[in-house]
Amino acid sequence: MSDIPGSARPAIAFGLRLQWEPAQEAHVLLYPEGMVKLNGSAGAIISRCDGVRTVAEIVADLERTYGLTGLSGDVIAFVALALDKRWLELRA
Amino acid sequence: MSATPPVGHGLGAPNAAVGATPASRGVGPPLWLLLELTYRCPLHCVYCYNPTNFAHTGPELPTADWIRVLREARALGAVQLGLSGGEPLVREDLEPLVTEAHALGFYINLITSGVGMSEARMRALKAAGLDHIQLSFQDSTRELNDFLSSTRTFELKSRVAALIRQHGYPMVLNVVLHRLNIDHVGEILELAEAMGAEYVELANTQYYGWAWLNREHLLPSRAQLERAEGVTQRFRERLGNRMQIYFVVPDYFETRPKACMSGLGSVFLAVAPDGTAMPCHAARMLPGLDLPNVRDSDIRTIWYDSPAFNRFRGEAWMKEPCRSCPERGRDFGGCRCQAYLLTGDPDNADPVCDLSPHHALVTAAVARAEQAGSAAPAAARERPLVFRDHRVSIAVITGDPARGGAPARRA
Ligand code: SF4
Ligand code: SF4
Repeated sequence: MSDIPGSARPAIAFGLRLQWEPAQEAHVLLYPEGMVKLNGSAGAIISRCDGVRTVAEIVADLERTYGLTGLSGDVIAFVALALDKRWLELRA
Repeated sequence: MSATPPVGHGLGAPNAAVGATPASRGVGPPLWLLLELTYRCPLHCVYCYNPTNFAHTGPELPTADWIRVLREARALGAVQLGLSGGEPLVREDLEPLVTEAHALGFYINLITSGVGMSEARMRALKAAGLDHIQLSFQDSTRELNDFLSSTRTFELKSRVAALIRQHGYPMVLNVVLHRLNIDHVGEILELAEAMGAEYVELANTQYYGWAWLNREHLLPSRAQLERAEGVTQRFRERLGNRMQIYFVVPDYFETRPKACMSGLGSVFLAVAPDGTAMPCHAARMLPGLDLPNVRDSDIRTIWYDSPAFNRFRGEAWMKEPCRSCPERGRDFGGCRCQAYLLTGDPDNADPVCDLSPHHALVTAAVARAEQAGSAAPAAARERPLVFRDHRVSIAVITGDPARGGAPARRA
């Protein structure tokens, strides 16, 4: 499933909501009758999935923000997982 | 009335993903808040999980108190909100409550029969920030019979389903199954498809409250269950992703109990119409649990400090075989209410577990259901089906040992 092009624009899937929960010090994804607590890096990626930025832009932003390189593989792997779990969907 | 108690997958469920959070059994926040806004309900479910003595509970909380509960719970970290009842649409302040909950950042689930839903209210609820609606069947003997014969109820559900879809919500249908309707699963699924349901939860009855009173009528046979699962499977194959169907097997047919509420006092907080705070929606029945009321204390005190919410935290309360069982961290000994109803002691293992010395109580009930073929079992014939209704509730309180209060050791 990691054939996700750098030009894809991931967005939070319909009906789900992402928010920062101070009590849990984490981003959580909320959906009907459940939630997923995201760890730091998952939260950093998914909070940039706004349906506007492309995967390539998200990678660049993360690398700049955290002063790292070579994040592309990790980001694509997470986006693939999140698509599989229907946390994310791709926008044209 | 919302049909399924909030356990396992589905309605009001602190499901695995939610339950996974408080890792250490150090007490985490009440992530899941269920407000039973009213016990008033136009319907009369035979499997309703409201307490059988609901007619004797105090007056409903006023709007201001519900708002305070929302604020206090949210401040502690509550994030999933269930609004149920009774029928929550009976409350005229539902819209302002949703507005407040949305402003606070709750993800808001409404659990409704659809009775009382109009275009105007749907629009208002959407504008107020409602996130999700679950359309439930209320009385599966009366209402579902109606539905199956395409009369009023089918039209009501279809109309509400259309409103739900028009307002951009996924269409989620919850139907409670039991002996009297489980053979109609095929028709139920056809009608669900016709009304455009995207998710269907076929939840077998769980035996508390009114369902406990009616257990001998409601427990299906294994053959019925298997047929229903077969029919469900064929629908899944035909419809693929278009309509996702969940089939929840009654736990009486299992050998391990469900991980009730991820452990009482771990993630779930329910508030009854009169303000009683409960670690599970059925906990009123448990003996000696002095349940706090939101009129008297704030949510923080209730959640962290009240004896009732601490009663089943951790493992110290457990008896053998749970106390030394390697699986105790997975199922927490199962359902306290079921342990109490069947064995008379809420600290026992849930007798659904085949390691429980009381497991025979469960297998005996299943065996009776088995023998009886499709007719109502003998024990049931002696005792009529009890419909949830105000008048019956009073009769139950005054005369029946199986009321939410005393264990009925019938099995
Ligand atoms: S003995 Fe208790 S802890 Fe062990 S599996 Fe059975 S119910 Fe769960
Ligand atoms: S204790 Fe039993 S009735 Fe109460 S929530 Fe848990 S499983 Fe349900």
